[in-house]
Amino acid sequence: MTWTLIILLTLGAYAFKVTGLVFLGGRSLPPMFERCLALIPAAVVTALVMKDTFTTGQDLVLDARALGIAVAGIAAWRKAPLIVVIVLGAAVTALVRQL
Amino acid sequence: MAAGSSVLQTCALSLLVFTGASQFSAVSVIGAGGSIGSALGGALLLAARNGVYGLAMSRRLDGGIGRKLLAAQLTIDETTAMAVAQPDRRSQQVAFWVTGVALYTFWNLGTLIGALTGSAVDPKTFGLDAAFPAGFIAMVWPLFSDPRARKAAAVGGVICLATVPFTPIGVPILLSVFGVLVGLQKPVDAPKIETVS
Repeated sequence: MTWTLIILLTLGAYAFKVTGLVFLGGRSLPPMFERCLALIPAAVVTALVMKDTFTTGQDLVLDARALGIAVAGIAAWRKAPLIVVIVLGAAVTALVRQL
Repeated sequence: MAAGSSVLQTCALSLLVFTGASQFSAVSVIGAGGSIGSALGGALLLAARNGVYGLAMSRRLDGGIGRKLLAAQLTIDETTAMAVAQPDRRSQQVAFWVTGVALYTFWNLGTLIGALTGSAVDPKTFGLDAAFPAGFIAMVWPLFSDPRARKAAAVGGVICLATVPFTPIGVPILLSVFGVLVGLQKPVDAPKIETVS
C-alpha cells in the first residue's frame, strides 16, 4: 500500500460520489447504462472471491482456502451475519491448514 | 489489515475513501503483488456505483453546496438503501444522515482496532487470508436474488480465473467488469437499487 494509491483512490472515489450528487444532480442516466453500473459489484466482487480463493500470484491453486470459502458461502446463503461468515471462512481455512 | 500497510495508511484509507468494497479490493490486489494501476482500476470500478447512488440521493437531500459536498462522502450502499426505504422526504434525510454519521464513526473505529490487532499476528496461522474472500462472498450473496446479477457474477468470475495465468496480477479483476454487459439486455422487471457493503 502506498500513499500515491491512497490519494488517487480518495480523489477518484469522491469524484464518483460528487458527480452523481452535485454535478449531475436530479438528472438520470440512460436505463441501460444504470443497469450495467448496478451489476458491477456482482461481477467484480465475485472475481475478487475467485482470485482470493483459487489463485496465488499468477498460479491457479486449490488449497485450504477453497474449503474455508465453501463454508463461508454456505453461511452467507443461510443469511449469517457478515462477521460470522468472515470468522467461519478464516477458522475453517486455519483448521484445514493444521491437518 | 494485510498488504504491508502501516496502521496510519489503513486508517487513512477508511477515513478518506470510505467505501468498503473499493478499500478491500485495493488491499486485496496490492496484497497479491499487483501494480498501483490495477489496484486503483479495480477499486474505482467498484466506486462507480456511488455515482448512481448520488443521483438517487440528489433528488432527496436538501441544503446548499457545502452540505451536499459533505453528503457526497457519505453516499454509499448502506446510507442510500436506508434513505430510499423511507416513505417521505423528511425521514429520508434523517435516515441518510443518521446512518451516514453512525457508519462513518463505527467503520473507522473498527478499522483502527483491526489495524492495531491485525499487524500483531501472522495472517496465515489464523486463516486471515481467507477472511477477505469470505467477506466478499457475504457482500455479494444478497445480490444473487437478481438473475442478471447471477449471470454477471458467473461471467466475471470465469473471466477472472481464465485470465489469471496470462495477465499481470490485478488485471483479471479489471477484466471481470465485462460481466456487466449482461445488463445490456432489457430486464423483465423494473431496475432497482442493489446494495453491497
